Order: sequence, then C-alpha cells, then structure tokens
Amino acid sequence: MKNILEINNVTKFYKNSVKALENVNLNIKEGEIFALLGPNGAGKSTLINSICGIVNFNTGTIKINNMDIVKNYRTTRKITGIVPQELNLESFETVWNNVNYSRGLFGKKPDHNYIEKLLKQLSLWDKKDNKIKELSGGMKRRVLIAKALSHQPKLLFLDEPTASVDVELRKDMWDVVKKLNKDGVTIILTTHYIEEAEELSDRVAVINDGKIILVDEKDKLIKKLGEKTIKIELFESVKKINGNLSKYNFTLDQTNKIISHTYNLNSNTTDITELLNDVKKDGYKIKDINTEQSSLEEIFIKLIQENNNELVRN
Amino acid sequence: MNWYGIKAIYIHEMERFRRTLFQSLASPIITTSLYFVVFGSAIGSRITEIDGINYGSYIVPGMIMLTILTQSISNASFAFYFPRFTNTIYEILAAPLSSFEIVVGFVGAAASKSLIIGCVIILTANFFVDVRIDHPLLMMFFLILTSITFALFGFIIGMYAEGFEGLQIIPILIITPLVFLGGSFYSINMLPEFWQKISLLNPVLYLISGFRYSFYEVSDVSLLTSTLTILTILIGCIIFITYTFSKGYRIKD
Repeated sequence: MKNILEINNVTKFYKNSVKALENVNLNIKEGEIFALLGPNGAGKSTLINSICGIVNFNTGTIKINNMDIVKNYRTTRKITGIVPQELNLESFETVWNNVNYSRGLFGKKPDHNYIEKLLKQLSLWDKKDNKIKELSGGMKRRVLIAKALSHQPKLLFLDEPTASVDVELRKDMWDVVKKLNKDGVTIILTTHYIEEAEELSDRVAVINDGKIILVDEKDKLIKKLGEKTIKIELFESVKKINGNLSKYNFTLDQTNKIISHTYNLNSNTTDITELLNDVKKDGYKIKDINTEQSSLEEIFIKLIQENNNELVRN
Repeated sequence: MNWYGIKAIYIHEMERFRRTLFQSLASPIITTSLYFVVFGSAIGSRITEIDGINYGSYIVPGMIMLTILTQSISNASFAFYFPRFTNTIYEILAAPLSSFEIVVGFVGAAASKSLIIGCVIILTANFFVDVRIDHPLLMMFFLILTSITFALFGFIIGMYAEGFEGLQIIPILIITPLVFLGGSFYSINMLPEFWQKISLLNPVLYLISGFRYSFYEVSDVSLLTSTLTILTILIGCIIFITYTFSKGYRIKD
C-alpha cells in the first residue's frame, strides 16, 4: 500500500528555544489507522499541527500524497482534516452554520445534502439549529468531527479524540472512527489512552521528548515487547516453591493455590510443556490454567521509562 | 484563489454583524447625534461658519471619519483576535487559504461593516443638518480606501494583541486623539501657526481633509497629498501583514 504521508527529519523549535520535535521520520500508509502514543508534552499535537499547517516547523519535509505540504499547501490541505484536542468552537453559532463554514474554508462548493448526511451519521441532525453553547461535551466533540469531515478529507487527524469523554461516548467515537476508516479515510490519532490505540489502530508509534522512539504494527509490538504470564491454579495449597519448580521464578498468590510465572514471548526461554511436566513431577494436580498478555499500556510505560532513563544517562 | 474560503470568512463575519445589528448601529447613531447636540448646537452657535460652510455641516465628514476609523479598527481587530482567543483559528490555518485570502475575508468584512455604518451616519446627519456631497465618487473612493486601510490596521492589532484590553489600547490612546486633533471639528487654519505645523504631522488630518473636499470642495491640504497619505498607510499595512504572515509570528509559532 502506498504512503499517504511521509515525514522526513522534521524538527520544530518553539520561540523559547524549546525543542518540540527532533528529526521525526514517519510514513503513514493509505487506509490505515495509525496511533501516535506519548505522554503529555511529548510532541504529539505539535507533530500533527505541523502536518496540518497550524504551526510552522523549522527543518525537514512533510509530504502528503507525494506532494510537499509547504509548496503544494492548497492541494494537500484539501484532503486533510483535523479534529483538535480542545473543544474549539464558536459558542454562539449554530451547528449547521459551523459545519458549512468549515466546508467553505476548505474551498468546497456548498453541498447541503452531504452536510445533512454527515450530521445524520454523527447523530447531530436534530441539533443542527442549536447553538454550540447548548450542546453537551460529547455533542461538541461530534461537531468537531463533522467540521473536519465537511470537506470530505482522505486523511484525518484526531488529536486526543476521546479526551475527557465518558466510557459510553468513547465507545461511540470508536465506532465512528472505524466507520470512517471503512469508508476509506486514513486516520492518525494521538492518544494517551492505550486501550484506544489497542482497539483502533493497525500501527503504533511512540513519541517521547519530541522523538519517535518506536514504530510498529500493534500486534507485532505486543508480541515483540509483550510479556505473558501463565497462572496455574492447583487443587492443594503450596507452602514453598521448591523442587523442579524453583527454576521458574514462580510467585504465589494470597491463597497459596495459584502459582504465576512471567516470560517473554520472544525469548524462547520458557518451554511451557516442560513447565507443566515439572508441575506434575512435583506432585501437584492442576485445576485450571490461565494466560495473560501484557497490554499496550504496560509496553508503553516500559518504553517511556527506558527512554527517559536513556535521556538521563546522556 | 480559494473564493469559497474567502466567502466563508466574509459571510461568517457579516453574520456576526447581523446578529448584533442593533448594538452595531445604535452606538454610532447615538454617538453621532450626541456630537451634533454638543458640537453642532452648543459650539455651532458660536462658530457659525468655517470656509463658508455651516459649522454643523462642516463637521459631518470629520465625524464620519472618526467612526470609520474606529469601527474599521475595532471590527477587524476583534474579528481576527476572537478566533485566536477561542482557538478556532486552527481551522483557518489548516484550510487551503493563502494569507492574502485570509486577510481579504476578514478585512473585506470589517471594511463592509464600516461602510454600512458610514452610510448610516450620513443618513443620520441629514436629520440634523444639510449634507451636500459635491463629488460622490471621490467621497466613496475615500470612504472605501479608508475603511480598507484601517481595517488592515485593525487586523494587525488583532494579530498582535495579547488580550481583549490590547485591542482597545491603540484605538483609544492613538487613533481617537489623532482624529480629534486632525481637524474633525475645526479647520487647522483656525490654529496658531505653530500648532498648524504640528497638525501637519498628523496623518489623519490628510484623510479628513481629502474626505471633506469630496463633500464641500474645501480642504486644509491638497487632494493629492491626502490621496498619497492614505495610499502610503495602506501599503505600509499590507507590507507589515505580509511580513508577519511570512514569519508566522504570533500566528503559527
């Protein structure tokens, strides 16, 4: 699949000489959902604001559909939409005017049928004549999405799309994002909700201190960096782990009936068959076996900690 | 050219004007009426004529200029500062609009509002005094050029203002005194020679003088000087805005 977005060696300094982005390189494939993860202040918003033309970057190049976003800004911006992190809306304008205004800004002829369809899709049609100030936070978030989609973009940036929204609405948003992607829109979302990236994305990048520290497919990342824990529930309680089991670093739970062993999926150091045989050899009867894989959140925290430690060392 | 984009900004801004039509028009009408009461009746009873023109009629171009200048500046500065304040400016910056097109949309709307208010003041003035316009085309030329120039100036204030207070500082501390001291309500020939020379340093004097010429064919300075002055301010504002946009200063930092 071809790249819809190519970022090469992009660096951005703010006025106070704070380096917000440092030699960022990233390619986004057409049709994918890409999650940009990072702690607050890592440079996620700066990166997407640079791509969308909201802030100027200092060095490097950004191409959308193989066109430079500075030289060909008219063409590239026409196919790009952005949903900002904050609920930036004009409170005294109606939903209808707000969305049509956005379409006009992007140089598109008025198309009331399309806007009607869009508002219906986002469950906003019955609110079209309401002023923004009369809407709930979730509705406002939907208006921002409607505004970003008003000019039918091919590449959509969602900056923390579910920040400070309740769980139910978050699920609704995820459905909207999945539907958009199914309709052919490439989506780049920034988030610090790992479950959001886990639920939605095909690929993930982790950004910290303005640098991309990792880019990979979500599933591969979990597999590559993820740890797995095998939990064996026994019929009888264990007083002390010894014998054949002592070589596995088992831990005991409070009931002394569940023994847990954590291993890395990639390391091949743990032979599960042998482990189970050793349990049997030591005379234990197995009641149940359960495995748990580390989430993206755990991987993310680990990566950030490693990166921060490296920064301190340097 | 992104015509739809320009139209979107223009209509969006004019819509704001429509929503607050009463406040937008009531304020200049009341102010103009008060000027006529204070200057026209109280002072006008002592100064009957200037350059052969009835005093009440003589001050009309100055009053229109005072309103046009302040309204153009406040409309344009507020129009551009407001999206900066609410952060809704992100979509203007992300849209396929050149800086020129953004300026045309905002300044066009601000200048249009000022022109409407200017026309309303001319109508209001007619209720108090006889208003004669000897050169209507020239009057419109000055009216439009002044509205655009000072809307550009207001746009600059909107780009640089740090808060709503910042929008008021230049109009209150600089523009209003310059208009009052620029011969709005008198001819500079009435001043002592020293103050006449000082007054010539005031660019607003040239605008009022040229504008008054279009009404009554009387002026303190030549028409050419007035025209060149307004064009110089216009070009200065355009250069300043172009430079600011090219650097992204205060907008795309």
